[in-house]
Amino acid sequence: MADRLRVRFGKVGKIRFTSHRDVARMWERALRRSGLPVARSQGFNPRPLVAFGLALPTGCESLAEYLDVTLAAPVDGPSEVPPWGDSYPDLVTLGLALSEFLPEGIDVGALAMVPSDASSLQQEVTSCSWELEVLGVTAAELVRRVELLLDAPTVSVRRERKGRHFDDDLRPSVRSLALFEPPEGSTASGSPSGFLRAELATRPRGVRPRELVEVLGTDVVLARARRTQQWIECDGARFEPLSADDLGRAVGAPHAMGRAS
Amino acid sequence: MVSLWPSIEPLLDGVAKPARYIGGEQGATVPVHGGGQVAWLLIYPDTYEIGLPNQGLQILYELLNERPDALAERTYAPWIDMESAMRAAGVPLFSVENHLAAGDFDVMAFNLSAELVYTNVLNLIDLAGVPVRGAGRTSAHPVVLAGGHCTFNPEPLADFVDAFVLGDGEEVVGEINDVLAGWLATEPELRDRAALLEGLASVEGVYVPSLYRVDFEGQVLTGITPRTPAAPPQVVKRTISDLAEWPYPKNQLVPLTEVVHDRLNVEVFRGCTRGCRFCQAGMITRPVRERPAAQVRSMIRAGLERTGYDEVALTSLSTADFSSIEDTVRAVVGGECGDQQVSVSLPSLRVDAFTVATATQIAHARRTGLTFAPEGGTWRMRRVINKLITEEDLYSAVDAAFSNGWRRVKLYFLIGLPTERDEDVLGIAELARRCVEIGRRHHRGPTVVASVGGFVPKPHTPFQWFGQDTAAELRRKVNLLKDACRPVRGLSLRWHDPEATAVEGLASRGDRRMGAVIERVWRAGGTFQEWSECFDLSKWEAALEAEGLSLESVTYRDREPDEVLAWDHLSAGLHRDFLWSDWQDALAAVAVEDCRWTPCYDCGACTDAGIEHVVASNVPPAGGSQGTGQDLATGDRVPVRFVTAAGAR
Ligand code: SF4
Repeated sequence: MADRLRVRFGKVGKIRFTSHRDVARMWERALRRSGLPVARSQGFNPRPLVAFGLALPTGCESLAEYLDVTLAAPVDGPSEVPPWGDSYPDLVTLGLALSEFLPEGIDVGALAMVPSDASSLQQEVTSCSWELEVLGVTAAELVRRVELLLDAPTVSVRRERKGRHFDDDLRPSVRSLALFEPPEGSTASGSPSGFLRAELATRPRGVRPRELVEVLGTDVVLARARRTQQWIECDGARFEPLSADDLGRAVGAPHAMGRAS
Repeated sequence: MVSLWPSIEPLLDGVAKPARYIGGEQGATVPVHGGGQVAWLLIYPDTYEIGLPNQGLQILYELLNERPDALAERTYAPWIDMESAMRAAGVPLFSVENHLAAGDFDVMAFNLSAELVYTNVLNLIDLAGVPVRGAGRTSAHPVVLAGGHCTFNPEPLADFVDAFVLGDGEEVVGEINDVLAGWLATEPELRDRAALLEGLASVEGVYVPSLYRVDFEGQVLTGITPRTPAAPPQVVKRTISDLAEWPYPKNQLVPLTEVVHDRLNVEVFRGCTRGCRFCQAGMITRPVRERPAAQVRSMIRAGLERTGYDEVALTSLSTADFSSIEDTVRAVVGGECGDQQVSVSLPSLRVDAFTVATATQIAHARRTGLTFAPEGGTWRMRRVINKLITEEDLYSAVDAAFSNGWRRVKLYFLIGLPTERDEDVLGIAELARRCVEIGRRHHRGPTVVASVGGFVPKPHTPFQWFGQDTAAELRRKVNLLKDACRPVRGLSLRWHDPEATAVEGLASRGDRRMGAVIERVWRAGGTFQEWSECFDLSKWEAALEAEGLSLESVTYRDREPDEVLAWDHLSAGLHRDFLWSDWQDALAAVAVEDCRWTPCYDCGACTDAGIEHVVASNVPPAGGSQGTGQDLATGDRVPVRFVTAAGAR
């Protein structure tokens, strides 16, 4: 059975303007440079077996992006050689090396081995936490709008899919929404603005930060959005696919292990 | 100098593909300004995706940043949505490294690889806040330079660009920097722009158009002559004699977002002497200078390791002619250039089975399509243009491709060539039809795409005297082909817009009067004219009319034998006599062989410049009439063994 390496990484700064596909290509190149023995798909045009989690909208930052890399089992290597080869003695070294091979703004935060039969990131993640910086209205007005939204039984938004318009209720996907005080000097712009913390569910359908801000009013402008966590909810418990302090824990994410067993 | 990033960032949420504007490529240099260096802004006047991979620009970028007395940043044409956001917010054209205003640089240097970008050049100068006409600039403005293949007829842009550079840029860029550094060393109040321009004109290969007088008698151009002794009567292109001395780019840029040619590119040779008469690149880049095979291999190895790419393209005008092509391909595929699986692409395939064998060796993965360029539909036509591919070459190449697993073959052709008759045009459909038949012997549903471009005669080629086909005539020929191709299942026809071809002709061979036309089109909002969704013939027609010019006078008419051409004062190394006799040979359908392996024709490229071909092998490559044989006598004999019963005549 092949080994799977789960990586948590961030995407901050100018690089937030690259797309999800762009980031996938950056990882492909970085993995090739690292020399990690990445397993490849079968067939005419074999691709590296790399799976990304939920797409991050272009323009958003994130502290919690994930990818799973399936490693080719080492061919008749001694058993003490880690599955990623002997060039990286441990996961900390590997994480640092990968950050080095990635462009500025993309850095590895944590990595661990997970069982290869763990379900995919895309399927597991149930909600995401966001920090949003908005402009256009006063703080008091923002509080009022947030309350209105939370009190509403339904929040109808107009969507378009395949050229057809229909109405959708956004309210069930807004798990929580509140203002918060950011730490000094962390704002995107100098002008007065409000900061929101939101938890948005991925199902029945995902809500993008921009959609959320649009329902707060046409005068509210999203200046910066940053995903801070992705959550997996299972039997009433909530945990991350890999938490930020999992760097170098070779045994892997206990929750993922638990779920797979 | 302040970074404009804080004002740029808010614009990026509202535009398409914002990663075009952020820089951050692996291999980029983020220079520190203020050390007295000459600050260059290198500009590709098309979108980031098209411009970023340009090797010429990347080479100069590295060479300048290696110098202690220079620094270089880059920029590209912002797409229409970004441009309007920038203009609305008062943000000028900016560099992608430090996000500095273009006007803060000492030099704005354009790469001119295609004529239809000319209106973009004006737009970018304007977006930089610099007067578009050179005459309106002062010592406080950046100097506007341009290099690249289009500078071999720079007259249409002469009013807007202060100095043009002809030929290879590797050496001359340093000499230009010396002149600029000297000028910038004087006190700002004492700087005299006229003196700077004269200084630039003294550099070999640099053309300063404002130092020349352009004379007309009525509508006829009668001469372009220096106004001052500082300007040479004829400017001769620069040629580097040994590519081995210039292993650049050493740090090819790896973009953060998708671009064209997104792979490692290694130039294996420069120049081409196949002698195709329609091909300006082949004429103006003579002679052939190969890179040593060992250097090619080490550049591939270092490049793959540094970038993480899994594809390398061996670039040149005709890569199958590289003496060491087989060894090089074997080395890459065999893992000598790194231990990951790597695919090789040869962007310019020669048309013969031997070449397909090489291609088969290298394309483990993507066997989706192969492209060949027979260019002409009949052997007579191909002798006129000196593209010496026999039908046998083509059919054996196509057969080899289909039998090796390819399912799609693309064929490039030109229409509107000199002496062309309808049978030559219909020959395209016939060749393509037979290729489909060959494909059917190997696959159920083979596809052949015949891609047809309208021919634009280019300066410094034997066809420079030829009157371009009118848009209407090209359209008629396209219709002939449409009718002939329609009944053939598996054959699809693509063609270029004949109207865009007409405008390309204006820019290719226009004289200085075209400047006013280009300016009018730009002022009417005509940017990105090489993009079909933006191209607008009516803007060009209106501008021509307003300037008292016409497509007929600029590009549709045949030039007289003794007529002064707008680029006669510039030399690509080729004797006008040579071009004229090659033109006469073309009209008589007389072909000439490649001078790498046959006696010299004394075209001038080597003989006058005191350089010669640098090739590793003095025997021509194996295979096909493009190799050893070049059996010019038997080319039109159709090889029977490739024709099925249904296709036999
Ligand atoms: S000078 Fe002679 S050898 Fe050199 S490119 Fe011209 S024809 Fe060929």
